[in-house]
Amino acid sequence: MREDQTFDVSHLPASAFGPRSLMWWGTLGIILIEGTMFAMLIGMYFYLRGRVPDWPPNAAPPALRFGIANTIVLIASVLPNSWYKRAAEKHDLTKVRIGLVISLIFAAAFIVIRFYEFSTLNCRWDTNAYGSVVWTLMGFHTTHLITDFIDTAVLTVLMFTGPIEGKRFSDVSDNAFYWYFVVIVWLPIFAAIYLAPRLI
Amino acid sequence: MTHEPSINPADADRERRRLEETWQEPGGLIGWFRCVHHTSIGRRFIITAFVFFLLGGIEAVLLRIQLARPENKFLGPDLYNQVFTMHGSTMMFLFAVPMMLALGVYLVPLMVGARNIAFPRLVAFGYYIYLFGGIFLYTMFLLNTGPDNGWFSYVPLAGPEYGPGKRADTWAQLITFTEVSALVVAVSLITTVFKLRAPGMTLNRIPMFVWAMLVVAFMVVFAMPTVALASTCLILDRLISTHFFNPAEGGDVLLWQHLFWFFGHPEVYIIFIPATGIISSILPAFCRRKIFGYPALVLSLVSTGFIGFGLWVHHMFATGLPKLGQSFFTAASMMIAIPTGIQIFCWIATLWSGRPVFKTPLLFVLGFFVNFIIGGMTGLMLASVSLDQQVHDTFFVVAHFHYVLIGGAVFPLFGGFYYWFPKFTGRRLSERAGRWVFALLLIGFNLTFFPMHQLGLKGMPRRVYTYLPEMGWGGLNLLASIGGVIIVTSVLVFLIDVVRSLRAGEVAGDNPWQAGTLEWATSSPPPDYNFVFIPTVAGRETLWEQREQQRVVTGLRSDLREALVTQVLDAAPDHKTLMPDPSIWPFLSAIATTGLFVGSIFNAWAVPIGAVPVTVALIGWFWPKQQEHEEELESERDQQPVMEGQA
Repeated sequence: MREDQTFDVSHLPASAFGPRSLMWWGTLGIILIEGTMFAMLIGMYFYLRGRVPDWPPNAAPPALRFGIANTIVLIASVLPNSWYKRAAEKHDLTKVRIGLVISLIFAAAFIVIRFYEFSTLNCRWDTNAYGSVVWTLMGFHTTHLITDFIDTAVLTVLMFTGPIEGKRFSDVSDNAFYWYFVVIVWLPIFAAIYLAPRLI
Repeated sequence: MTHEPSINPADADRERRRLEETWQEPGGLIGWFRCVHHTSIGRRFIITAFVFFLLGGIEAVLLRIQLARPENKFLGPDLYNQVFTMHGSTMMFLFAVPMMLALGVYLVPLMVGARNIAFPRLVAFGYYIYLFGGIFLYTMFLLNTGPDNGWFSYVPLAGPEYGPGKRADTWAQLITFTEVSALVVAVSLITTVFKLRAPGMTLNRIPMFVWAMLVVAFMVVFAMPTVALASTCLILDRLISTHFFNPAEGGDVLLWQHLFWFFGHPEVYIIFIPATGIISSILPAFCRRKIFGYPALVLSLVSTGFIGFGLWVHHMFATGLPKLGQSFFTAASMMIAIPTGIQIFCWIATLWSGRPVFKTPLLFVLGFFVNFIIGGMTGLMLASVSLDQQVHDTFFVVAHFHYVLIGGAVFPLFGGFYYWFPKFTGRRLSERAGRWVFALLLIGFNLTFFPMHQLGLKGMPRRVYTYLPEMGWGGLNLLASIGGVIIVTSVLVFLIDVVRSLRAGEVAGDNPWQAGTLEWATSSPPPDYNFVFIPTVAGRETLWEQREQQRVVTGLRSDLREALVTQVLDAAPDHKTLMPDPSIWPFLSAIATTGLFVGSIFNAWAVPIGAVPVTVALIGWFWPKQQEHEEELESERDQQPVMEGQA
């Protein structure tokens, strides 16, 4: 086989992080899809607001206490996530394990707080369209919290029991990437549900 | 022309044998459900979508029989409602979009020179979800629970108050099935185009069909979530008494129309843009020149992708929107004619300056020009609010969108069938039968749909199951029904020719049309690993432009499913990745998901309960198997893992 007729790639690495890897693009695709859904839901929320004189109609806005608590916990969860993401990119298994477990504790914490949030929304989904859209927004975000909790739990177990390959660290990195999305998308939802009825 | 000569034949042979062993798709009954190669899944996708085309066609025939004469008693009003809704839903959700995506699944990885599509198991999952969604719809139809509110299922007719029973739920859940399927395929296509292109295929060398599928995949990603959300809200309204679309409790019926058409208008382009990709593939091969105005064509596609999201309100002119809104959407609807016009002029220039060979695929492209331009003209007419209000919900609109969809998508699609059939099967379709298929379709189609313009102007509303003789609509309706018979004949000739050609058609060889893109650089049908050596790319029509001995990629392990990942912009080699082995989990996950979807139209508890098997199946899918682990280690053994910063 002559050199000038071939294009040898045998020296290339077998895994890569971030936008270089396939899985990152897959994750980005899911984020775009779900981000569009959240954007539409928030659009629906304000569209429906334009149809009635009072907002929220005949009810107090959701109580701030648990909403704010959860927002703080969510934002704080970025720290352990970014910590294990960096560790994963250095193939540091011990730090990845510790970081994943801490992130799981955070995830469990805001699922518990979310339960209290639901009980202080001051509306029901079947009373009026306001209640429907608030519950749907909250429910859709909670689904993300739960699925990401399960994702992370499965990945954590895998990082403890093995089998572990280099590619697995790339998965860990993408797991944190997706988690950032779940946190960031909460901020406009929080602003719409908790702040907008009070401020505008 | 081929890639082989630069490699010692003995080496190539050894490589081929090893690749065959590594990439072979599993056999047997259970193996059938484990297949993950994009050609296996793509072939099934295409065949399934074609079966739904036939079913939607049968429904169209039933409608035409009913309307052939005034006061016909063939279908009653209730069944008629179900049949026209089944026809529209089948053609849009189970035929047009899946068929276009299916062509992408089959062709895009070949055209970019990849071993397989990105996320092949996800694509397999998408196929099964689509298949089960279609089976679900037809099962419900046979149980007299077929949807009956039209393919856009407007509330309040489809809401809990006026739509009792489960018919509207059937429609809404069909949407969930098909959108999930389209979305996962779109993500796989985007990743394939961005990351799996052969070295040398820079952005300005990507084949036009691949560009088209890339734009479509992005449109799917931004359009389909909206309709999935809308149909979910509809089910919630019907199942657990939310009030999204209930004006009495602060909801709004127009919200449904906004959400639906925000998806529904891009949907038209999701169907039409792949067709433009087909045309841009056929024209160079049969005009014996490169496509005219490649940059203009690419920019037209991209701008169509954007403007397509700004038109949805023109479906709602009759709802009494503010004047300013109407003017804006009229302007946008006119504006989208610009990129479409640019494309058509580029194609005409290609034809004009080439040496056209009038084979069947090119005939269908010419048929496209005639029919689609008529559809485009009536589209411009409908963009005007005053005219739109005059003919709203009449047969004029029916005529318009059939010219756009059949003229703009089905004609190119049949051209595509004739063009790629040799690649799919290794055999050619008959040229003589092809001319008959084309002629019959062209005549039948115009005979069916042209009179509908006139019927609409004479005031015949769409979706009426019959009409009185005094209306004077009988003659034109009979003419349209006769046209329908001719269309059926055309499709029958096509089917017979397909069956005949599969058994006894002329053997095609690798590149029967001497075309220039990479799918023609491998055998017909392609092997399960696509290429013995991953090619490098020298130009847009790379097989025409490359040097005598174009370099090929070596150094990928042929005893493992190694594939080459390249960079997004310039397609320079970046790293290697292992493509997934065959797996039963996508099929099992699809079954579990189907259980959840179907259960949830009957009882809300089906969602949390149904989520359990879905979760189990997805974990089973993700959890690494011993063999996969060993392969992964084997692939990683040779090199140091690359840390961030080192790359």
